[in-house]
This record gives sequence, structure tokens and C-alpha cells, in this order.
Amino acid sequence: MIEFILNDKKITTQEVSGTTVLDFIRYHQHLTGTKIGCREGDCGACTVLVGRLEEGQLSYQSMTSCLMPLGNTHGKHIVTIEGLNMKELSPVQQAMVDEGGTQCGFCTVGFIVSLSGYTLSQSKPSYRDAIAAIDGNICRCTGYKSIERATENIVIGLKNKDLSDRITWLVERGYLPSYFKTITERLAALNKAISKKISSKEKDAIIVGGGTDLFVQKAEEMPQHTINHLFDEMYLNKIYEKDGKCYIGAACTAEDLRSSSIMNNIFLKMYEYAKLVSSTPIRNMGTIAGNFVNASPIGDLTIFFLALDATIILNNGITKRAIQLKDFYQGYKQLEKQKEEHIEQVYFEIPSKNNTYFNFEKVCKRTHLDIASVNSACLLEIKNGIIIKAHLSAGGIGPIPTYLIESSAFLLGKEVSPDLVRELNQVVQTEISPISDARGTKEYKRLLLRQLVYAHFLTFFPQKLNIHLVLE
Amino acid sequence: MTTNKTPQSKHSMKNIDSNNHVQGKSIYVDDVPTVRGTLYACVFGSPIAHGVIKNLDTSKATEIEGVHSVLTYKDVPGENQIGGIIPDEPLLAEHHVHFQGQPIALVLAEDEKTAQAAVHHIQVDIDPLPIITNPREAHANGDIIGAVRTFTLGDTKTAFEKCKYIFEGKAESGGQEHLYLETQGAYAQPQENGNIRIISSTQGPTAVQRMTARMLGIPMHKIEIDVTRLGGGFGGKEDQATLWAALTAFGVYCTGRPVKYILHRLEDLKMTGKRHPYSSDYKIGLDENLKIIAFEAQYYQDAGASADLSPAILERTLFHCTNSYFIPNVLATAYSCRTNTPPNTAFRGFGGPQGMYVIEVAIDRAASEIGVSTIDIQRKNLLQEGSEFPYGQIVANCEAVSCWDDAISRYDLANIQAEIEDFNHKNVHLKKGLALMPICFGISFTNTQMNNARALVHVYSDGSVGVSTGAVEMGQGVNTKMLQVAAFMLGVNPERVKIETTNTTRVANTSPSAASATADLNGKAVKDACNQILARLQRIAADMLGVQPEDIILKDEIVFVNGKATDITWVQLVHKTFMRRENLSAKGHYATPKIHFDKTKEKGHPFAYHVYGTAITVATVDCIRGRYDFDCVKIVHDFGTSMNRIIDLGQTEGGLVQGIGWMTMEELLYNEEGRLLSNALSTYKIPDIYAVPKEIDVHFLNTDNSNLAIFKSKAVGEPPLMYGIGAYFAVRNAVKAFNPNTQMAFSAPITPEKVLMGLYDNKTV
Ligand SMILES: Cc1cc2nc3c(=O)[nH]c(=O)nc-3n(C[C@H](O)[C@H](O)[C@H](O)COP(=O)(O)OP(=O)(O)OC[C@H]3O[C@@H](n4cnc5c(N)ncnc54)[C@H](O)[C@@H]3O)c2cc1C
Ligand code: FES
Ligand code: FES
Repeated sequence: MIEFILNDKKITTQEVSGTTVLDFIRYHQHLTGTKIGCREGDCGACTVLVGRLEEGQLSYQSMTSCLMPLGNTHGKHIVTIEGLNMKELSPVQQAMVDEGGTQCGFCTVGFIVSLSGYTLSQSKPSYRDAIAAIDGNICRCTGYKSIERATENIVIGLKNKDLSDRITWLVERGYLPSYFKTITERLAALNKAISKKISSKEKDAIIVGGGTDLFVQKAEEMPQHTINHLFDEMYLNKIYEKDGKCYIGAACTAEDLRSSSIMNNIFLKMYEYAKLVSSTPIRNMGTIAGNFVNASPIGDLTIFFLALDATIILNNGITKRAIQLKDFYQGYKQLEKQKEEHIEQVYFEIPSKNNTYFNFEKVCKRTHLDIASVNSACLLEIKNGIIIKAHLSAGGIGPIPTYLIESSAFLLGKEVSPDLVRELNQVVQTEISPISDARGTKEYKRLLLRQLVYAHFLTFFPQKLNIHLVLE
Repeated sequence: MTTNKTPQSKHSMKNIDSNNHVQGKSIYVDDVPTVRGTLYACVFGSPIAHGVIKNLDTSKATEIEGVHSVLTYKDVPGENQIGGIIPDEPLLAEHHVHFQGQPIALVLAEDEKTAQAAVHHIQVDIDPLPIITNPREAHANGDIIGAVRTFTLGDTKTAFEKCKYIFEGKAESGGQEHLYLETQGAYAQPQENGNIRIISSTQGPTAVQRMTARMLGIPMHKIEIDVTRLGGGFGGKEDQATLWAALTAFGVYCTGRPVKYILHRLEDLKMTGKRHPYSSDYKIGLDENLKIIAFEAQYYQDAGASADLSPAILERTLFHCTNSYFIPNVLATAYSCRTNTPPNTAFRGFGGPQGMYVIEVAIDRAASEIGVSTIDIQRKNLLQEGSEFPYGQIVANCEAVSCWDDAISRYDLANIQAEIEDFNHKNVHLKKGLALMPICFGISFTNTQMNNARALVHVYSDGSVGVSTGAVEMGQGVNTKMLQVAAFMLGVNPERVKIETTNTTRVANTSPSAASATADLNGKAVKDACNQILARLQRIAADMLGVQPEDIILKDEIVFVNGKATDITWVQLVHKTFMRRENLSAKGHYATPKIHFDKTKEKGHPFAYHVYGTAITVATVDCIRGRYDFDCVKIVHDFGTSMNRIIDLGQTEGGLVQGIGWMTMEELLYNEEGRLLSNALSTYKIPDIYAVPKEIDVHFLNTDNSNLAIFKSKAVGEPPLMYGIGAYFAVRNAVKAFNPNTQMAFSAPITPEKVLMGLYDNKTV
């Protein structure tokens, strides 16, 4: 039985855990405010807020209900537009009305939900973050400018938000209905009472993380499957440092990476990298293990961790084993993994602060909320002017997310120069076999990878290199 | 709130739907509560793009539990035909299929998932025929839809002899998916006596009604179409909403049960038509003063598999083939070419943007070959009062030069140019590019007959007002404007007025909400209806006060005599009028005067008026990665006397961004089998919030010419889209700043792929 709070109402349902939250709220609960634009996570019309208790703290994230399995609501608070409406418009709603941020209205609920979610954020209000909160919402009518203006006004209104008790602050100022003040308590009680086990550990159960790949690729069949939900398994949700290594639980999401102080400490540009991966609601859902196991040749997190020469821990319920991520991929969607194994953790050696360079690059048709045409990551360590460690990975240029073995090896023992970068590209080009598809022709992908390889070096050594020197 | 000022009051009324929109309370087709017994429909579409059906087996699907029935063309009681202009589009394929996804059979089931699943159990054997996806190839095969159209002005042949510069070339512009956020859909319910009521997400209720009646072989009055609002249309639901509505009605006819069909996004992308891709040839001739003396062009329109609205769209391409320029000698020929993709259809601009792109390409090409600035050629050739369009209409109330010059001085073009030059000088890896885009867009349906509208206004005995028109609300704010008109005309508070759904039983024989003219036409009809009621009210009031009717004015819900308020309120006057057994309802009608067009001569006066404007666009290209951003788009746009600045600004920004999408990232890719490769939102990308220009400035050029739109406003729906063409050239110019020798073809959209290839096209990998 799945139990959660939907808006102000306790839900207990026998519905199968592979039903989408979207179908549940629209067609079982008849809450039609939430809209359907794509059922693929790409438009945000179906956005809901998901509240959960972590160590007694209530926090909310936006998620696309079209890809969210009902099983992942267990023990949580799900908020739709109906759960945000009050007698008067909230300042978020009012700002969108005042600035003409709504035309046909079909996308609007998604924006209101995302922005309302933003008001609940625990960090200091900023325009940048507020816009990021709606980066998964597509509008075809307005051209977004009116929505930007509304967002500006909303951020101004939040200026004095009391971060220590934000829910009370928001309720008192009409941002949220008053029942929000009761949610912490109710969720605590609910979590105490409910059985944790809605997941099936049966052999043929299908493992689901955030569902952002499965519910796109197998939408029709998911309700028929028994499911092993790993998204909320505590032991898969931790990020920690130990003995010079960084360990990340398999169910950590891209958003967990983005907001992790450990990751931000290691990678100064973590925010920028993460911003290039899907959108806020998808980052709130998509897990690292899901990205690895989906084995898309252009998986961003996979490419990222390949260049860190990461290791993954597989667990079959009885024993664990460790393998290198680069050995995980055997062929197109063929993995070095037994059926009963799940990924438990990924870890990598933390690069030394000095002399180490890391960069992640991604180019797609639309810079944000798009899958890469080609992506690449690179890690270099240099000692006395000589490259002593090099890992180069690339996606979109072959059947698997690729660790470029020969190119990485080629760099060892060399000195950085325009010639080296040019020669590196020649090695890279022999290691790849792109095909033409909707994300670009094979000629383009070859050129693009060359450029991204150059981009790594131009980013690392702006004083030494520029594009004309490299091209000469 | 009162509207006693003018409807142009500076504090614009908010879109009347806003409050419901932000609360999720607005109702779209899929939100209408379902009636017990409703069946769900799903189409089985052709897996092959072209061929002859040998055998169709629906038996397995029929046997599935929960499937009610599977219908084919054999079940169609009337004409199996939904073609609007040319009858070449069956409801369900009979023997031939012409594109992948063409509907062959209709599954009806007890629930949506069962219907969708059952479709996979239908089998069809098709003998394949050659597949054409290129309009030039179709043209070479003689596969042309409708007439070849040619517009002629002057004599290009002799004019070219006098030209100092002549350039010829090719220009390609891609298609565009509408991507209305609400997919196509309809819900049909049986009424008594075999009548059917369809709730449809359509821009053209009458088209749905007419086609459905013909297909079912019953009179139009037996079909009622009701439209509350659309979650976006953009032309995609002008003609192409008909199929889905007709299918649900067909289902009702055959089963006697309510039938609902809301397309899955993937179905919608695969089966519905889009903006037409065009491949064109041009030849441009200039004299030594950079005056364009002659222009010739051939346009090969990719119509897709059937006519749909293609012939009308083709015509508009010709109407806009010279954009904002006066060219004394023009020879423009257009072909609508049949290919094996879904029938392409109306999309904001309706063929105009495709025509305008070609002339801009020709000018840009000429400028770079001659070695002058494109901006010089553009400015020198702008339309002037009294110039002649290639279709014979004389330019009147011309704002081409005023918009252009205002944009240049208001936004300090010289300074922008200097900054760009400086930036490009200082930066190796980033380059900026600039482009100006003037527009001139004709307002009216080019099919003269369609320029008419009606409205039904009821004043109820308690003083509240109900307004019905033929206009369909799809986010463009037309209902708000209709409300403004009614409230202003009757002198009542906006709260008193309700805009009713668009329904064929209240307002019949309507034109679709399209051609930017909806508010113009329907607004005038509302005005006419209100005037009739007003005259009666004035007469009663005059009677009550013992004065002449012409002395009476209604304002702020009060009766005024010779400018002085009386103590008679609106409510009292209405009540009195009701008690006197006067008619408190009226039907208004409007038909645009003066317009005409003679297709045999291709000359006439097809447009009520034109809309003008100029946009300055600056782009920055990342020359390592091929990515680009837009720094700004600065616009001066001729709004006439805007009726509602919030709505008009929204239309301008939204149209611009849609145009930028068309010209930059939105790429439709079909493979050789006629299969759409960019077939989901994960592969077909429209602008997101980060992709839009960092800054959009819109200056309202207020013009006060007595034109033919409501309250001297001007239509605003389509024209701003064409500013997006400037984005193409801005990016292109940035690429040229990095690689002056680039051989980049004139091919839109200018995707990051084309940009990167252009940046390095003379350098091998
Ligand atoms: C709109 C949209 C945009 C996207 N954009 C991007 C993008 O920019 N970059 C990118 O890389 N990806 C993108 N994705 C893909 C997707 O979000 C990621 O791949 C995500 O990391 C998948 O994680 P998940 O938990 O949602 O996977 P799920 O769908 O839950 O699972 C995917 C696969 O992994 C398996 N699995 C999950 N967890 C485990 C485990 N612990 N052990 C073993 N197997 C497991 C599942 O059985 C399934 O086979 C996008 C997806 C969507 C819908
Ligand atoms: S419906 Fe588009 S993201 Fe869910
Ligand atoms: S208002 Fe129509 S999609 Fe945003």
C-alpha cells in the first residue's frame, strides 16, 4: 500500500507503484490543474512539488509527475496547483498575472508550481536561482520575457524571507495555504506508521531510481512491472569523503551532486557543469546509477565520472564487487553486470588541488535541457611541466560512453603545447566512430569532439593557447 | 475599474483568463468531465510513407478485452474526405497511403491505455512506392498541388540588362513544429435525433462542423462545435484540428457513445503537419546606387502529402516576396510540391516568413559580394508612400522608413556597431554579429470571402452582458479585447461582461481565428451589435428623460445627457428597456470593405492595411563550440493605437521568440523513408528560458491612421514572428567575423551544427 499526503489530504492507495503520479492525480483524483504536455519530462506542464523529511527537516523539490512512479511518493508530501490555491492569489500567481506571464495558460500551472517551490527554497533569494527553478518549464506563447519580469518581482518580494522558519513566513504572507504548517508533523507521523517496504525484492522486479529513463522508454509497460524502488534507500543516498576518495551513493541525483559541498569543493565549476544536465526537476529525479545503467552513449554523468576514472560497487544482495566504470560498458547497452546486481556506490580518487585540471564540456542544439550532440570530460595532472595523469572521455561518438584509452595514454609524459593538442586530436579521431542521427551528422560530431578537446586545453591553459595557435 | 477613458487606456486590462490560468482552473478539452460510457480513440497510422494497401487486418485488435470496435474507411457514412481547399485528404486511408502516420483505422476502447495498446495489434501489408521528401524532386516529377502562381511587376528581363550587379543563388528554410503545449484533441457526445456535439481544440469551428457533416452525410445543423479555449494554436489547429474532431464524431456516429481523443505528444508530432519547408532560387539585380531594380524568385514549397492550406500559404509567400522593399520589377513564381510527409499547414506568418527570408538572403548575398553593408541596401530600398506592391496594391500609411529610422536613432545603432567592432577586436573565441530586420505584413485573409465576422450580444435583464463571437481564444488575448470592446461600447464595467465559448449554434459560418485578423473582424462585429442595442437603450432613456436619443451617452454605468450625469443607472435603464418589451440582444456583422483580389490577373487590393516594424538583433557566437546567444533584440513596431499594451507586448515577444526558434534551433529531420527523426521533445528543441535574447526592447510606435482595424489598433498576432529572421543573419554575421571566408550555405535553421561547420568549413578535421 502506498501512503502519502496529496495537498492537504492523506492518500492510501492500492494502485500499482508503476503508475505515474500524473495519471494518479489527473485521472484517479480528478485534479485537472496539472497539465500534460509531453509525458517525457521535457515540458514541465506536469510539475508537482515533492516534500520530504530529512532528519526532521521538511524540504521540497519540483519533479515532473509524468515520469514519477507512484511508488516514489511513499511517505512524502505531493503538492499540485490545487494544493497551492487559496482564496486570494499568492504573490507568485499575482506576479504572473500582473506581468502577463500567461497567455494560453497551458504551461502556466507548471511555472506557478516551480516558482512556488522556489519560494520554499532554503537558500537566500536570488534571481539566478529563481530562473533556474523554471528551467524545466517550456512556454510556447510568451517568449519568457513576461515570466522573467514576474520572477524578478517574486524575488524582490522574498527579500526578507525568514530562512529559519520559512514555511511560517510564507504562510503568513499568503504564499502558501496554512495547512503547510502541519506537514512536518504529519509526515513525521506518517513515516513512523507506514511500512517502508513498498518495493519488491523479487528476482524479476525491475529496479527504478528516479524513473526518468524508464518512464520515457517503457512508459506503456511500467505499470505492469513489479518494481524495486531504490530512490529513497538511505544507504544509497550519501556523499562522503574518506582516505582521499569521494564516495557517492548510487541513488544520489544530479541535483545532489550540484548541491553537495564536497563536490563543490572538489570541482569549482560544479554548478556550471550541473546546469548543463537536463533541468531542475529532472536533476531532482535522475540518479547516478540510472545514468550509468541506462548506458546512453551521451550520458553526462557517465562521461563526467569516466574522466575521474571512477570505480563502481555492484551488489547482488549477497556479495559486493568493484569494477572500473570504464570496464562497465561492453557494447551498445551491454553491461558488465549480472541481472540481480544493483549499483550501490561510485567512488573516485579526489584529484590533488594543485597541478590538476578538470573540465566538462557539452554541446547540444539547445544549450540547456537537451541531450548532448557530443560531450567530453578531461582530467590532467601535471608535474614539472609534464603530464603525469590523463583521462579523457567522450560521448556521442560511438555506441557507448567512451573512455578514450589511447588518447589518454598518448598524453602521458608529454608537455602541453599547441602541437600536442593538435596531435591529440589525431589520436582521438582514430578512436571514435560517430553515426549520423537527430543530434548531428557524423562529420559534425567529429569536428565537435575535436573542438571540445581543444576547449579542454584552452580552458586549462588560456595563457599558453588560443584556437588559432592550435589550428595552425 | 471603469472603462470610461478609452479602451486604449494606459493601464491595460489583464488577460481575462489570467486568474484562472495561474490557479489551474481554466478548462481545456482534456479537463472536461467525462460522461459515463465514454470511449477512447486511438489512430492506427501507416508505418510506410508511400504505398498501396494490400491487406488490412484489424481482427486481433478487435478481440482485445476492452476494445469496443475498430473502424475503417468502409464505415464512413458520407464522403471519406476532409480536404478544405482541395478534396485530396481522406479521413481514413482507403487504398493509398501518402505519409508515415497517415490514419488508416480508428480503435475505440473503454479506456485510453487499451486503445493505445490495441493499435499495435493491427497489421497492414503495404506495397511500397517511391518516397519523395524533397520538394524540388516532387516538382521535377510534376507532382504539383493546385495552380502554379506567378506575381509580376514591371519587366525583370529588360531591368536586369540595366543592372550593375546581378546575383543568383539558393535559399532554404526549414519547417517548424507548432508545439502548442496542448496537443490536438476533441470530445464528441451524442445528442438526441442523431445530433452530435463536439468539444474541440480548434481555431476553425466552422471548418470542423462543415467537414464532419460532409463526412457523416448529414446537414451542418446536426453538428454543434463548442470551443472554450486552446492551449496554443499558432495555425496548427486552423485546419488540422478537423481530423481529430471528425474522428471522434465518426466514433459517436458508429457507436452511439461519447468518444474522446487527446493525442499523445508523440502522435501529434508524427501525424500532424507543420510549417512548410521551402527551397527557393533567387536572382537579384541592383544599380550602381544600390537600388534593387529587379528580383526574380522561384519558391518550391514542401506541401507534404495533401493540399491542406498549402495553396493559400503559397499565395502569401508571393504577397511577401519583397518584404518591406520597393522593387519595381518582380517576377516571382511559386510551386506547391507534393511530398510524402504529413500535410504541412498554417503556422503564424502563413508562408510570409518563408518569402521574406529569401529576399533577405538575396540582399545579404548582394551586400557581401559587392562589399557594402547589408544595412545600406536595406535602407535604400524601403517602401515609400505610394510605392506599388507586386500584387498591385498601392502603399498607403507607410511606416517602413519611420520604424527603421526610429530604431536606428532610438537604439543608437552606430554605438552598437562600434561596441561590436571593439568586442570582436578584443576577443578571439567569441564573436558578435548584428542584423537589422524590417518587416511589412499585410492584414486580411488573402481569400477575400473570409474577411467577415459576426457577434451575438445579449444584455440580460439584470444588466449583465454575454458576448459570443466567432473568435477562438488561444492565448492571443482575443477574448479580452472583445470584452474591452463590449464594455467600452455599452459604457459598463468589464465585470459585467462575460465572453461565451465559441459555439457554432450561436455564431455560424465563421472564418477561423487566423491571419492576425480575429480581433479586427470580430471586434467590429461586437461593436456593430453593441451599437444596435445602444440605439434602443438611448431611445428608451431619451423617452424617460424627455430628451433626444442623440443627447444620450452611456458611460460608467450611468446615463449622461449632453455630458451631464443623470441618476439613471445602467441597471435601471436595462430593466426599463426590458419592461418595454424591447430587444436587448443583437447580432453584429462585419465584412472588411474595399478589399479584393483577382487571381486571374494576380492583382488587386487584398489587404485592409499593413503592419510595419524594424528589429535590431545582436548575437554572440562561441567560436570554439559553435554555440550562440542573443544579446538583444531591439524593436520599433507599429501597433497602430494599441488596445491593450500588455497583450500586444506579449504577442510581440512571443512571436519574436517563436521566429528565432524557427531560424535557429528548431530542426525537423525526415529520413529517406519519410520518417520523422526529430519526433519527440527530446530531439525537437524549441526555445527555453535560457535560449531567449537577454534583452528584448519593444518600442510602441503609435500611429493614428484611420485604418480598418478595431479602434485604430493594428493586428499583432503574426508580424513579430518575422523579426526572428534577423537572428539568422546576426549569427551568420558573427560566424563571418571569425571566418570571413566561410562558404556557409543560406540554409535555415542555423543550428549549432551549421554554425560550427561554418566556422571551420575551410579547415579540415
Ligand atoms: C527531459 C529529460 C532530460 C534529460 N537530460 C539528460 C541530460 O542532459 N544528460 C543526461 O545524461 N541524461 C539526461 N536524461 C536522462 C536521465 O535523466 C538520466 O540518465 C538519469 O540519470 C537516469 O536516472 P534515473 O534514476 O531516473 O533512471 P531510471 O529511469 O530510474 O533507471 C534507468 C535504468 O537504470 C537502472 N537502475 C537505476 N538505478 C539502478 C541501480 N542503483 N542499480 C542498477 N540499476 C539501476 C534501471 O533499472 C533502468 O534500467 C534526461 C532525461 C529526461 C527525461
Ligand atoms: S508532461 Fe511534459 S514534462 Fe511531464
Ligand atoms: S502560455 Fe501558452 S505555452 Fe505558455
